[in-house]
Amino acid sequence: MIRRGLVDDKIGLKYGAGGRAMRALIERVCLAGLGPAPVDGIGLAAMDDGAAIRIGDKWLVITTDSHVVHPIVFPGGDIGRLAVSGTVNDLAMMGATDPLALTCAVIMEEGFARADLERVYVSIREACQEAGATIVTGDTKVMGRGELDGLVLNTAGVALCDRVVPDSGLKPGDLLIVTGTIGDHGMAIMAVRHKLELEGDLRSDVAPINRLVRTAIAAGGVSIVAMKDPTRGGVSSALHEMAEKSGVGIMVDEASVPVRSQVRAACDLLGIDPLVVANEGKALIGVRADAAQDVLSALRKHPLGTDAAIIGRCIEQHVGSVILDTGLGKRMLAEPEGELLPRIC
Amino acid sequence: MTHVPGAERDQAVSELKFRDPVRARGLVDALAQRVAELGRSPVSVMHVCGSHEQAIAKFGLRSTFPRGLNVIMGPGCPVCITDTPEVDEGVVLARQGIHIATYGDMVRVPGTSMSLADAQAEGAKIHVIYSAAQAVELARATTDEVVFFATGFETTAVATAAVVLGGLPPNLSILSAHKYIPPVMEIVAEMPQTKVEGFLAAGHAATITGSAVFEPFVARHHLPVVVAGFEPLDILAGLVKLVELIRDRTPQVVNMFPRCVTRDGNRRAQDQLWKVFRPTGGRWRGIAHVPNGNLRLRDEFAAIDARRRFPIDLASLWDHAPAALVQSCICGDIMAGLSAPTDCKLFGQECTPEKPVGACMVSSEGACKIWHQYGGHPDLGGEA
Repeated sequence: MIRRGLVDDKIGLKYGAGGRAMRALIERVCLAGLGPAPVDGIGLAAMDDGAAIRIGDKWLVITTDSHVVHPIVFPGGDIGRLAVSGTVNDLAMMGATDPLALTCAVIMEEGFARADLERVYVSIREACQEAGATIVTGDTKVMGRGELDGLVLNTAGVALCDRVVPDSGLKPGDLLIVTGTIGDHGMAIMAVRHKLELEGDLRSDVAPINRLVRTAIAAGGVSIVAMKDPTRGGVSSALHEMAEKSGVGIMVDEASVPVRSQVRAACDLLGIDPLVVANEGKALIGVRADAAQDVLSALRKHPLGTDAAIIGRCIEQHVGSVILDTGLGKRMLAEPEGELLPRIC
Repeated sequence: MTHVPGAERDQAVSELKFRDPVRARGLVDALAQRVAELGRSPVSVMHVCGSHEQAIAKFGLRSTFPRGLNVIMGPGCPVCITDTPEVDEGVVLARQGIHIATYGDMVRVPGTSMSLADAQAEGAKIHVIYSAAQAVELARATTDEVVFFATGFETTAVATAAVVLGGLPPNLSILSAHKYIPPVMEIVAEMPQTKVEGFLAAGHAATITGSAVFEPFVARHHLPVVVAGFEPLDILAGLVKLVELIRDRTPQVVNMFPRCVTRDGNRRAQDQLWKVFRPTGGRWRGIAHVPNGNLRLRDEFAAIDARRRFPIDLASLWDHAPAALVQSCICGDIMAGLSAPTDCKLFGQECTPEKPVGACMVSSEGACKIWHQYGGHPDLGGEA
């Protein structure tokens, strides 16, 4: 088991990679002195996808996300679509699938083309429409040339729900569903950056999936016990976090993990495991075994969930670890530590 | 758009017949049976190739090996066994302002006081290349002196030999740190504390050398050698055969990779290799002095030998003491098969792929890097 609790004096890229290093940084620097969450609910200490605050018999879920992808336009999407999807999906991962409102702050570099900004806003509007969300407030800043690379977006979102789904509710015997093919976003970005010329197009999966998650919750109800979107660090990072917080081990069946053939080919070429590649339109859903088939069928009927699959199960042994059954043998799945690629979302 | 990744996957899997899980299970059972038939345990065998360890780790094969079988990774990573003074030679040349072209993993290997990456941070011109031919292209694009810091076993040495025989641009010379595998197997076999009872030899190197290259070794040491490929079934079948040979006390060379390897190998490549290089004794990092283990340019090629073209004053690096952490590194014992990466107290703690202390954590063929990449503890035994 590899554990690194120390935070270096200089903040390296790995602290933004969504893995163990980032969690250590939040614990040591950001959380220090904040004290416990002031209200009944889920606060920063839980390091979940968002926070939840009890209001009467409802939960107010709130989340925020900054977006710094390079390049800002990539096959399958752009930074605008990413910003809306990221925040809507973080709300959905808490069980809040009806966003009340979003905010959008934009920071631009001096000289940024107006036409590019307009294009980003077209994407923002489209993604809002798909999610059934709207932007109610924002902020605009311009920084000097060279003080920022192009464009940074920050979005926050709020939503109400009756039941919060944490990422820590797994028990031995529970099954894990992924809502579709993995690795599409990260490999699309990588192909552009490395100028890979591959047969078949690599397209990001970036999409708001709150409506897809809603169908899963409708089918599974209280049997849905944990959710997480496998963004930076991919499925591996998300599963490690779920296993650690839930106090279970997770056994993944590699052959059941849906991966498009062109993504697999690009991964093989670059020596990358699709399980550590980022996704922006997928969810990992932990579900009690007796409800798994119902949830799976409901997901597969939704256009964004046709490739959904049960990929793993929770076990009592190896608490906090993820084991990969390759079909030929079993091994530990490592949690990615550094940045596979910086500025990916 | 519709796509059926499940069906695509099934098709892809059926094409990969050397990864067939059903046949793999058959071989795993056969392996357990052969080891049981030995009537004693553990039996230790060694592979001498980073690509074998990669495949064993990636596919989780170690979890299927019977308890009584100890599969050790030997000195099979060319980056790991490149000795500190060889790295130092590259660093000294780089600090003289000479362009250094080398393979990616070499850049971060620690020397006495710095790596090529450290030299680069100070302004040295270091170029990562993927083939010997790229070094030639690089030299043609400049009038500055370029040195190709050439590392790797006989497989890559052949590529270096080919470009040398093709004629180099006048501003290109070679700093050879190439190594030759067969002699180091003798060293391991002769180590007093060795437990190794047989070797799994690397299929790609044997494609060049031919399986016959191991025959004198078998005759001298009475240890079996099985040449194996790199797919899961290749490795499992190779191990089954190796344990059979140990069980039957019939040491011999068996080629289990006949789709690529012949007894005589690639004669033309061998001719080129030995026309350019001569074997000479030298240290392998962490292992020992290996007689005939280093490949150096023959005298006919003195004009393109960087060691003869430039003065290389290694003493200039020695006013820096080596870092304290390095003293606790057990890369040598790991490569000699005496320890596992998890026996090292630095592993995954002070020594990680981001901040490597030893060479085994730098290279993608290094045992420590591979174990770290695949979860840090590859032996799950029967627990999971």
